[in-house]
Amino acid sequence: MSNDIFVITEHMDGKFSDVSFELVGKAKELASALGGQAVAVVVGSGTASNVFASDSTIQVDDTALSQFNPEAYGKVIEALVKDKSPRLVMFGWTATGMDLAAWLSARLGVPCAAYVKNIGADLTMSCQAYGGKMSADVAPEGDMAIAAVLAGSFPVEAGQGSTAATTMASPVALDGLKTKFVEAIKPAAGDVDITAQTKLVSIGRGIGSKDNVELAEELAGKLGATVSSSRPVVDAGWLPRTRQVGKSGLKVKPKLYLMLGISGAPEHLEGMKSAELIIAINTDKKAPIFNVAHYGATADLFEVAEAMLELL
Amino acid sequence: MNIVVAIKHIPSIADDLPVKGNNVDFDSVDFVLNEFDEQSIEQAVLVKEAVGGTVTVVGVDMIGELDGVLHLALAKGADKAVKITGDDPAADSHQQAKWLAEAIKGMSADMVFAGVQASNDLDGQIGPMIAAHLDMPYIGGVSSVEVAGDSATVNKEFAGGVGAKYSVSLPMVVGVQASTKPPRYAPVSKVRQVAQTATIEKVAPSGDAGSGLTFKKMAPPVVTGHAEMIEGSSKDVAKKIVELLKSKGLA
Repeated sequence: MSNDIFVITEHMDGKFSDVSFELVGKAKELASALGGQAVAVVVGSGTASNVFASDSTIQVDDTALSQFNPEAYGKVIEALVKDKSPRLVMFGWTATGMDLAAWLSARLGVPCAAYVKNIGADLTMSCQAYGGKMSADVAPEGDMAIAAVLAGSFPVEAGQGSTAATTMASPVALDGLKTKFVEAIKPAAGDVDITAQTKLVSIGRGIGSKDNVELAEELAGKLGATVSSSRPVVDAGWLPRTRQVGKSGLKVKPKLYLMLGISGAPEHLEGMKSAELIIAINTDKKAPIFNVAHYGATADLFEVAEAMLELL
Repeated sequence: MNIVVAIKHIPSIADDLPVKGNNVDFDSVDFVLNEFDEQSIEQAVLVKEAVGGTVTVVGVDMIGELDGVLHLALAKGADKAVKITGDDPAADSHQQAKWLAEAIKGMSADMVFAGVQASNDLDGQIGPMIAAHLDMPYIGGVSSVEVAGDSATVNKEFAGGVGAKYSVSLPMVVGVQASTKPPRYAPVSKVRQVAQTATIEKVAPSGDAGSGLTFKKMAPPVVTGHAEMIEGSSKDVAKKIVELLKSKGLA
């Protein structure tokens, strides 16, 4: 066992995501408190990895790892973690980290905490669960733990640096994989680009039905804004995927983000919390969005929208 | 094709969550189907409709109220329903995944579907853990599935419309973000009819696997800021918002 903190970094097209730097910065702080090293782990092929402020960087390099492949990445990380026995393995609670963290936990029989927002020097983890309505402090048992951390929890800058990476071959054979990467999927073109809009009227589950989207469109029209949404609206087929704000959607930073019926789960906040003016209408007075919005009202979104239309 | 859908019955977050000790007071909350499981059930039924087979929905009965959820799944096109009589409203994802994996072992599953995540996945999601227990590959964040022969082609979403297409030799576990088509609606009359005729198979829980997490505290998040709340009637609220927008040159 060691007191090292491993960060499983993530990258696409040669670029590391912000969450990787955030985690490396936090890992340095934890490693320093525990007397271990902060180790950035890069799984890939020919990735330029001298970009972290980690104490060391391990790059596992194999052409089979050139694109994210949960099966291949899982095998490599499992073998590496078994060999090095770090105290803590950090993933982002992201599209890639979510495929690996709980899987690794079940494979190794070590505790895993998800929705992690902060980690103490004693490795107590604060998790923002239940749609952001509750914060749970949990302590992992044993000598090793896994944390899947929400993006945006720590500053990016603390993880940026130029530590030289040590390259190694894959610790496991990567032939006979059942999962094969076929091709990348690019965003569908043709729809409006919500990241380029200065004003967004954003609708959530509270809009209730596809027919009601029209009301939001009308309000947006009067304000010179565009309609965006949270994930449930897109999953229900009421708006195209190109309008989705949040972790699995797009990150936006408009001058106005007027929210109708969005509760403000952490996944949505990831995509819009930097908006200049956030106004939220929600019937639930305890909706987490009111902790983030600049202005809020506990009200019926339909009544407010219709009353606004009369005034505009 | 044997298609299995593993579902989670979870505390509703529509209302306040009461706390007891260092965890949610599970005796005082309503349980609902994880919203991603609606997508997952739909995706499973779509695959069955495309290539044939049976869809078996299986979940842990946390509080003895899973039947309604299973009836709904049957009304939407699932063929069989199984409940694991866990009767432990505090069973975490690790425990549920172990029970589910043990139950699924005997089903000769070609594909296992699960919702990509649930709001109470404090110790991770059941999908990847079931995959680990069954030694099947897992891909989550999936928004489309096509099956041909003994392989599946799935689209995984990263963010902002960027994704990747994978081909996987079956069996596999899929974590569904969104079904290829939005979930179908099951009329109440159909659900009632199913409820009168359906048989739900009961399975005793088998295998222990806790999360290894000790709960120290459970509370609403410490708030660093709060919106300035606009009070009054809906008309008052609308008026104040319009005034605010005009004052900032935004309307």
